[in-house]
Amino acid sequence: MTARIQTAADLKTYRQKLTAGRDPQKKTISVCAGTGCCAYGSTKLAAAFEQALGERKLQDQVQLRLTGCHGFCEQGPLVVIHPEGTFYRRVKPEDAGEIIDQTVQKGEIIERLLYQDVEGQSYRKEAEVPFYKNQMRVLLAHNGMIDPTTIDDYIAVGGYASLSKVLSGMKPEEVCTLIKKSGLRGRGGGGFPAGVKWESCRAAKSEDGVRYVICNADEGDPGAFMDRSLMEGNPHSVIEGMIIGAFAIGHPGKPEGYVYIRHEYPLAVERLGIALEQAREMGLLGKNILGSGLDFDIKINRGGGAFVCGESTALMASIEGQVGEPRAKHIHTVEAGLYDKPTNLNNVETWANVPLIIDRGIEWFTSIGTGDVSKNPWGGSKGTKIFALVGKVNNTGLVEVPMGATLRHIIYEIGGGIPGGKKFKAVQTGGPSGGCLPESMLDLEVDFDKLTEVGSMMGSGGMIVMDESTCMVDVARYFINFLAEESCGKCVTCREGLRQLGIIIERICAGEGREEDIQLLSDLSQTVAEASLCALGQTAPNPLLSTLKYFREEYEEHVKLKKCRAKVCKALIKFTVIEENCTGCLLCKKKCPSGAISGEKKEVHKIDQSKCIQCGVCHDVCKFNAIRVE
Amino acid sequence: MTVKFKIQGRTYEGTEGESLLGAIRRYGYEVPSLCYHEAVSPYGACRLCLVEVQKGKRRKLTTSCNYPVMEGIEVFLDTEKVVKHRKMVFQLHLAAAPAAKNLKELAAEYGVTSTPFQPADEKNECILCGLCNRVCDEVVEANAISFAGRGTSKRMESPYDETAETCIGCGACVYVCPTDCIGMQEEKNIRTIVRWHRDLPMQTCKTCGRPFAPTFQLNEFAKRVNLDRSRFENCPDCR
Amino acid sequence: MDAKKLDVILDKYQREPSSLLAILQDIQDEENYLPKDTVKEVAQKLGVPLARVYALATFFSSFSLKPRGKHICTVCMGTACHVRGAPRLVEHIEREFDVPAGGTTPDMQLTLETVNCVGACALGPLVILDGEYHGNMNPAKLDRVFRPLKKKE
Repeated sequence: MTARIQTAADLKTYRQKLTAGRDPQKKTISVCAGTGCCAYGSTKLAAAFEQALGERKLQDQVQLRLTGCHGFCEQGPLVVIHPEGTFYRRVKPEDAGEIIDQTVQKGEIIERLLYQDVEGQSYRKEAEVPFYKNQMRVLLAHNGMIDPTTIDDYIAVGGYASLSKVLSGMKPEEVCTLIKKSGLRGRGGGGFPAGVKWESCRAAKSEDGVRYVICNADEGDPGAFMDRSLMEGNPHSVIEGMIIGAFAIGHPGKPEGYVYIRHEYPLAVERLGIALEQAREMGLLGKNILGSGLDFDIKINRGGGAFVCGESTALMASIEGQVGEPRAKHIHTVEAGLYDKPTNLNNVETWANVPLIIDRGIEWFTSIGTGDVSKNPWGGSKGTKIFALVGKVNNTGLVEVPMGATLRHIIYEIGGGIPGGKKFKAVQTGGPSGGCLPESMLDLEVDFDKLTEVGSMMGSGGMIVMDESTCMVDVARYFINFLAEESCGKCVTCREGLRQLGIIIERICAGEGREEDIQLLSDLSQTVAEASLCALGQTAPNPLLSTLKYFREEYEEHVKLKKCRAKVCKALIKFTVIEENCTGCLLCKKKCPSGAISGEKKEVHKIDQSKCIQCGVCHDVCKFNAIRVE
Repeated sequence: MTVKFKIQGRTYEGTEGESLLGAIRRYGYEVPSLCYHEAVSPYGACRLCLVEVQKGKRRKLTTSCNYPVMEGIEVFLDTEKVVKHRKMVFQLHLAAAPAAKNLKELAAEYGVTSTPFQPADEKNECILCGLCNRVCDEVVEANAISFAGRGTSKRMESPYDETAETCIGCGACVYVCPTDCIGMQEEKNIRTIVRWHRDLPMQTCKTCGRPFAPTFQLNEFAKRVNLDRSRFENCPDCR
Repeated sequence: MDAKKLDVILDKYQREPSSLLAILQDIQDEENYLPKDTVKEVAQKLGVPLARVYALATFFSSFSLKPRGKHICTVCMGTACHVRGAPRLVEHIEREFDVPAGGTTPDMQLTLETVNCVGACALGPLVILDGEYHGNMNPAKLDRVFRPLKKKE
């Protein structure tokens, strides 16, 4: 039975009742149920805990809570035992009973389940683990503690208190000013000051009072999953932000909300759907919210598998039931957007920051980050940013740091450096609109402006680490192909420009690069960047241009020497047998899909280059290190 | 609302919000385009109508067809940037539609006679300007065709590339196509719109016996204006 | 598609043309692809041009106009997965099952699709088979994942 909250006082009373009925010292087993850990089997793990608790008749004394993403995806499935905060990783269903008996009941640690860093040191508590210790987790603070399918959990930790504060006496214009003064800038990649956007949208004319409040949850950048984790782990933080936004932008009036979630995130759609339903039942969405007179509700729209729908005008076209073709933005969407009405669109993480800012205040928020926003909202980058740290790095997962943290801090102190003793080569930020930065940039402070200055961009937060086994020309090729496929195809510069950039770069990777190619790539990139209709086309050449800038030698090697130093481009590499190491075990011969390997048992094998398709399977399966790649 | 703005340093008047390209041409200046037509909404696909617009302190390279005329803007037509990028855009077009009629001539007018780019399909004539689609949707309201796919597989098609069932055979798309690649033929009293695989039997005039319009088209007209079908038995000359 | 089932879906969205995307998604969830007849019926029942519905069905990658296999295998091609070797996984499956990426085996058992990032980047390279996520894949592990399927052949 859900309570009905009709006033701010109701909410306060309800929260007090909840916290009174919850013992902070109660033993709780918190199991990460984000998409990553689920893929690792955390659902089975949770079931094992449930069964084990049942068998020991402990269901009432020990609480089992399934939470959203804890962030340390590399080490999943993750389990945290409260109240101590004991952190276990790579937990298997078979461990459930032991964990309950030893750790929950007796407070004893199970060594093998503790996190160990590369030097072999173990850490008991979550807060001590370097991955977490070196972060500043404010947005993700509750991800590991609350059950996202229970609104009570969110309210018990202070949820909807900011909404309450706003609706109990603040004026809508005041809220806009507050957000503007906080310096909150769009977390989706544009970095546009949210408060300025809110004010423009509020000021735009609307004959019937309808204004649209949209959450862009398309998160199309490959390698980014911050928004997914926020929606799966703490959907109410986003909802609360949107309701506050609706009040600031559209009250009095008829604000209407949409969350546009990409098709590839079914769990996020489900969790957000449940959260919306519960918020509605409680009266936090719908008519006369907390007695303020604000009427507002939110619909979910699912994407259809199109990266371009992360662009605001394409997203709005999609909501209208049209194909996701962007339009030129000479008239801004805050004035005429969805259905030609004033529309305010913000990213998931931007919305999640709103209740936080209202609660802790702008002095706190502006104390974090870089620059000075007291006179100019573009003057700095304030608050924290969540990054998805992935690729060739030891500790992959979600990382939240203050704006201004260095790349080195993120990749080494939090990320634990490069695995396998390999050397750092580059880090890619900003997704397909961003760029690759080399080792010389590791001490760069990460914020909106510094990254743009050096030819990359913050983007939505994807941070992909690359090592010496990554070919930078191949990386550029990957992004060009990605964008060529995702381009809506409307304008010639983007559609045909990307096609031609792709043709030239494929030629280079195939060992057929010509002298003029590098200059042509550069010239064409300029036209694509300056003459395309929307941001997809305009930023499409960035990965290519940044790799040309910082890794030009690799391009020249590919063109002039027909060499790929990272040994990735198939046409430029050769697989041969290292005769001294070959034991003649026949394994590679069996697995070779093109029958290119010859040799009898106990005889040194040989690879026929004319049949070899460079698939790499022989290299994968050889146990004797007898395959050379050159 | 009438506003004042500048082209090449000279002041002109225009209606706020009208197409900048339309205004530029009205005053006799030449700017190339392929996907613009006054009868339909601007689209911004061909990127040939590039100009530079100064608005306040900011100067921007933009297509002029979909740029709304505003008070105080200053428009520059043949700056170094415009010329450079326009040339490359022509080169992209030449590689994208090597068989397109009129394209080579227009490109040559602007000094582009070859392309460094590799053609993807030597036989392609369609430049994906979308004019056929916009005319069919906005003027004729038959909605018979649409863009299908996206990115490099984008194409203009009738649904499932089968007979366009709502096409009334008016030929407006054929008329407006800048590369004349749609094709309209008539043989044995059947009109065919080639690209959309549409064969339409023609109605012959009751009086003079000439085939003058597809029967399907006349049926549609009768429905739309809510008049009796018998009103459409005679050709326009014999009515 | 059963006429009644279609009506249920259309009514769920109050037959609003702006909900076309969601309607098509629900149809594909039911039928495993978008049957041509159903697409035509949707256009007719909503009073929208078939050309518009066709444009939507071909623009968005999540839709398939061709029937798909009993088992759907999706390989993530996001940047993190790419850097960890996703293209080789696709090639491996293409060879093992003689099916091109985007296609279906002639016996309609398996459809191989690629997707540009599912957001499980820490687990890359990732392969989804019938809704189940399999992380940290390589060709050898893949063979194990596909074993139950190969047995049926």
